[in-house]
Amino acid sequence: MKRRDFIKSAAIGLGGLLMPADKSDASLWETFFQKYFREMTPEEKKSVAKRLEKEYKDKTGVSIDIKTNEALPRVKFGYGLDLSRCIGCRRCVYACVTENNLSRKPQVQYITVLEFKSGEKWVSDLEESRKYYEHETVPEPGHFYMPVQCQQCDRPPCVKVCPTGATWKEPDGIVVVDYNWCIGCRYCMAACPYGARKFNWADPQVPPEQFNPNTHYLGNRPKFKGHVEKCTFCIQRTRENPGRYPACVEICPVGARKFGNLLDPESEISQCIETKRVFRLKEELNTNPSFYYFFSL
Amino acid sequence: MKGKFCAAVISAVVLLFMLHGLAVSEEGFPKFTTTKPPFTEGIFPCTSCHAAMPPNKEKRVLGFHTEIQLRHGDNWCLNCHDAANRDMLHLASGELVPFDKLYQVCGQCHGNILRDWRIGIHGKRVGYWNGDKTYSLCVNCHNPHSPKFKPLKPLPVPAGPTEIMKVKGSVPVTIEEKKIYIPQYDK
Repeated sequence: MKRRDFIKSAAIGLGGLLMPADKSDASLWETFFQKYFREMTPEEKKSVAKRLEKEYKDKTGVSIDIKTNEALPRVKFGYGLDLSRCIGCRRCVYACVTENNLSRKPQVQYITVLEFKSGEKWVSDLEESRKYYEHETVPEPGHFYMPVQCQQCDRPPCVKVCPTGATWKEPDGIVVVDYNWCIGCRYCMAACPYGARKFNWADPQVPPEQFNPNTHYLGNRPKFKGHVEKCTFCIQRTRENPGRYPACVEICPVGARKFGNLLDPESEISQCIETKRVFRLKEELNTNPSFYYFFSL
Repeated sequence: MKGKFCAAVISAVVLLFMLHGLAVSEEGFPKFTTTKPPFTEGIFPCTSCHAAMPPNKEKRVLGFHTEIQLRHGDNWCLNCHDAANRDMLHLASGELVPFDKLYQVCGQCHGNILRDWRIGIHGKRVGYWNGDKTYSLCVNCHNPHSPKFKPLKPLPVPAGPTEIMKVKGSVPVTIEEKKIYIPQYDK
């Protein structure tokens, strides 16, 4: 036997031994050798989505649809949140959990609603805020509320620190994560100044009957233990054509949440920026968010 | 004579421009569809009862419609409702306005809010961000007789960092015809 052949067969044999014996099916091989998502052709993306759909069906018996559609041309998403209207009711938090198939146990939530006392130091120092407020009814008199979620920065520090390129900014402005490429090092969580990235500490559990079957590869598809995830402006809804509003926008009982195309001067978000006093959270960090807080009163 | 003729022509042109401007702004008003006013079942058309009743314009406490607690403006029905045509509202000018265009009535006092509503900053739109969308009318969110929002019960508090595994399950609640899931905790 030639030396070269020996090394080859030894490597293949070793590879075979390393594969878990109970799961050595084609799906596992494909998962192991999956290409980098951004380098895949549309067909390759579709076949990966098919594989993931089958995996979920085999596991739960429920059929889901995983889309891989790309960003729409001439679209840059922007989000507005009216701080003079928000009442801190947390409906957005759970509309998001439901839409994005976020793990119920361990609990994962993309939106954090912060409560501040009126007159309290706030934007510059979120340490004073309360996340675990419990009241009979909201708004609590003498308090105001600020929901925080991914700000979809134009200079995202989370993308900069990712050692594997598992997270990147899409042309329509959404910062996405490829859960199959993420190694769970949580550098991005440390880098994000908004606490917007969430980690799956254990196998995420969503009852199959509660699972939203309309999913996107870069959004609310089935997730697993040990990777980071984040708000994607409901990529599975907003990237349809015509695109629906994100779930948090549609559930807000006071209409405090605005969403649209920053490149369209008629969109709600462009009009907010044009006519209202807007600010972006922690502007001094030069992260350049696409998320605008404003006061309509 | 010539001067008078010129003045008449100029004023006619100015009037035409003004009318055109009004038509354009009215046309562009609900750019998309608006929702329907949420009438109590069986209450509309109002003329089904009021047609047989002579209008009494005197400001008073009503013997009927007692379920309505009026806390808006100077608290008198006929500020917005029309005495002669009960199925319509009216502007301060006396011009009649149908119920599904009631934003014109509200906008008389709340002009800045109406301006924001038109461009999508005030109120709520549902549907498609780049397609058909539905505007909520003022009365779909605000009770016109008592427009200030009533406090709401907040949804459950999130689990603390050490409690993320102490979730018993998630149960559905229906909010505005949407089913969303909220957690149930062990404690």
